[in-house]
Amino acid sequence: MGKTVDVASEKKPPVKRKDSQGIIALFLKNVRKDKIALFGAVLLIFFIMVGIFADFIAPYEIRDRHYNEEGKIRRLEPPSAEHWFGTTDVGRDVFSQVVLGTRTALMVGLLAALLVTFVGSTVGIISGYFGGTVDAVLMRIVDFFYAIPFIPFVIVLSAVLNPSMWNIILAVSMLSWRTVARLVRSQVLSIAKRPFIKAAKVAGAGHTRIMLKYILPNVIPLILLEMAFMVNFAIMAEASIAFLGFGDPNAASWGQILHINFVTGNSRNAWWWMGPPGIAIVLLLLSIFFLARALEEVVDPRLRRR
Amino acid sequence: MLKYIAKRVAIMLAMLMLVSTMIFFLFRAMPGDATAFIVDPSMPPEARELMAERYGLNDSKWVQYTIFMKDLVRLDFGNSFFYGRPVTDLIKERMPATLILMFSAMIIAYLIGVFGGAWMAWKRGSKLESAGVTFSLIFRSAPTFWVGLMMILVFSARLRWFPAQGMRTSGYSGDTFAEIFLTLDFLKHLILPSIVAGLYFIATPLLIMRNSMLEVLSEDYIEMANAKGLKEKTVLYKHAARNALLPVVTAGALFIGSAIGGQVLIEVVFSWPGLGREIVQAVTRHDYPLAQGAFIMISALMMFMNLVADILYAVLDPRISYK
Repeated sequence: MGKTVDVASEKKPPVKRKDSQGIIALFLKNVRKDKIALFGAVLLIFFIMVGIFADFIAPYEIRDRHYNEEGKIRRLEPPSAEHWFGTTDVGRDVFSQVVLGTRTALMVGLLAALLVTFVGSTVGIISGYFGGTVDAVLMRIVDFFYAIPFIPFVIVLSAVLNPSMWNIILAVSMLSWRTVARLVRSQVLSIAKRPFIKAAKVAGAGHTRIMLKYILPNVIPLILLEMAFMVNFAIMAEASIAFLGFGDPNAASWGQILHINFVTGNSRNAWWWMGPPGIAIVLLLLSIFFLARALEEVVDPRLRRR
Repeated sequence: MLKYIAKRVAIMLAMLMLVSTMIFFLFRAMPGDATAFIVDPSMPPEARELMAERYGLNDSKWVQYTIFMKDLVRLDFGNSFFYGRPVTDLIKERMPATLILMFSAMIIAYLIGVFGGAWMAWKRGSKLESAGVTFSLIFRSAPTFWVGLMMILVFSARLRWFPAQGMRTSGYSGDTFAEIFLTLDFLKHLILPSIVAGLYFIATPLLIMRNSMLEVLSEDYIEMANAKGLKEKTVLYKHAARNALLPVVTAGALFIGSAIGGQVLIEVVFSWPGLGREIVQAVTRHDYPLAQGAFIMISALMMFMNLVADILYAVLDPRISYK
């Protein structure tokens, strides 16, 4: 008897239930330790602030056309004191558009990521816990979604549905949950084999209780990490779709700014118009990647990224 | 092994049927009248009616679907509304451009990624290592279309080093494969788009190689090699890197699959006459047959690459066996 106990404890360290409090504390500790993660945190807070107070920060209405003293439209003017990022081909203020675009990017990123991680981890936990036929069926569905090319599908879906922010969130979510489902499933597979799950079963805990109280807390760090990557993925996807011209024409978004810049043929001269939205995307995504580094250490110091 | 491959191919074909069904009904749900894009609006309604009849747009969805599936088995995607030519021919014409761009991007990403990743693992904990990680993350965070636009701005518009658009200088036409793709002119056009795509992909091989190397470097036989007094370079590239390559190779096949879809943006920015750009145009023009055909083709390529990844894995790593 003593032998079996020894083998178990030797191979797998006793599972320490990390409740959400512990994860956050560990995460914050990592952020303080890692300068790059700290930089990411500061940058992300900056973007969130800009997103929340966008209406106050943006000096002009995004659709307003601006005229100079002689009453002429300020076409393609380089940055000046009045227009920090210059003007577009029809005299609109680029700075205001970029500021308002922050809100769209954050909204799409956060909502899509929430939806994706919720669906993905539900499927992953159920699939990994029950195994057998349930697992086989769910994993075939995941395989199906892996066989669909992402950008072409989102383009087609945005063309079928009316172009709006919600439909972009839907389109992005429909194809992204598969990644989370697969990763969570493989983690759950190894957790479900551990002794404490068996103990819970013997003690008479129901399936729902085991999944929620015993399995979920152990995959939460992984889920949070995946959520961070999904935020980035969704922001990039939204920008790409809007750039191709399938975005919401009424919302100011970074992809939309670049789309108009590109189709009006100004991408080769108006650097002040094309640069800022791109730099904003890079910085926002980087800040989340940097923050995710601190989270990654919580999940598994050797975790491999795709 | 053969049995496993046969089973996987069968599953793949079934999946392809499902994807085709999905895409067929998705396109039929699209708002707007398809004939509006084939027939000039100034033509009388009778002409439009005739056109709809000829393309079978008046049949019920079910009839259209059965015809579509029957044709699909024979790899016949119908005629493009816009070009008025068989979709299969159009796909055949666009495919080489897409594949060439994709493989040159992969070569760039893998050359830098594999050697850079190995070297980063060797120098772990140093400033250079974190600089390398940051560098690859910056390019992973930058939208490819934006990087492409910036490159065009700097290297084409300002410095005039490289052409910004298309596959060849206008006026040049070639008939054979060699005449089209094996020219200096083509190479010049290829450089910018493949660098942009390569930079975006680089994070994958670089980071996987680094992680995999870190794991290998802690193995006993590396210590042994060091203890024997072998040169640092020999240990790094001959003993460690070879074994660390495995996950990088398999990730590569998987990545090619997903890269095909993502390349759409680069093709649009550089007016690269490939499958991805064609699909965007076809969707905007409501050219169902062409969009469907291109979509199914890309999807099939992705599935095929996934299969290749799994087989490569089994071939390269004898510890893994498939039943």
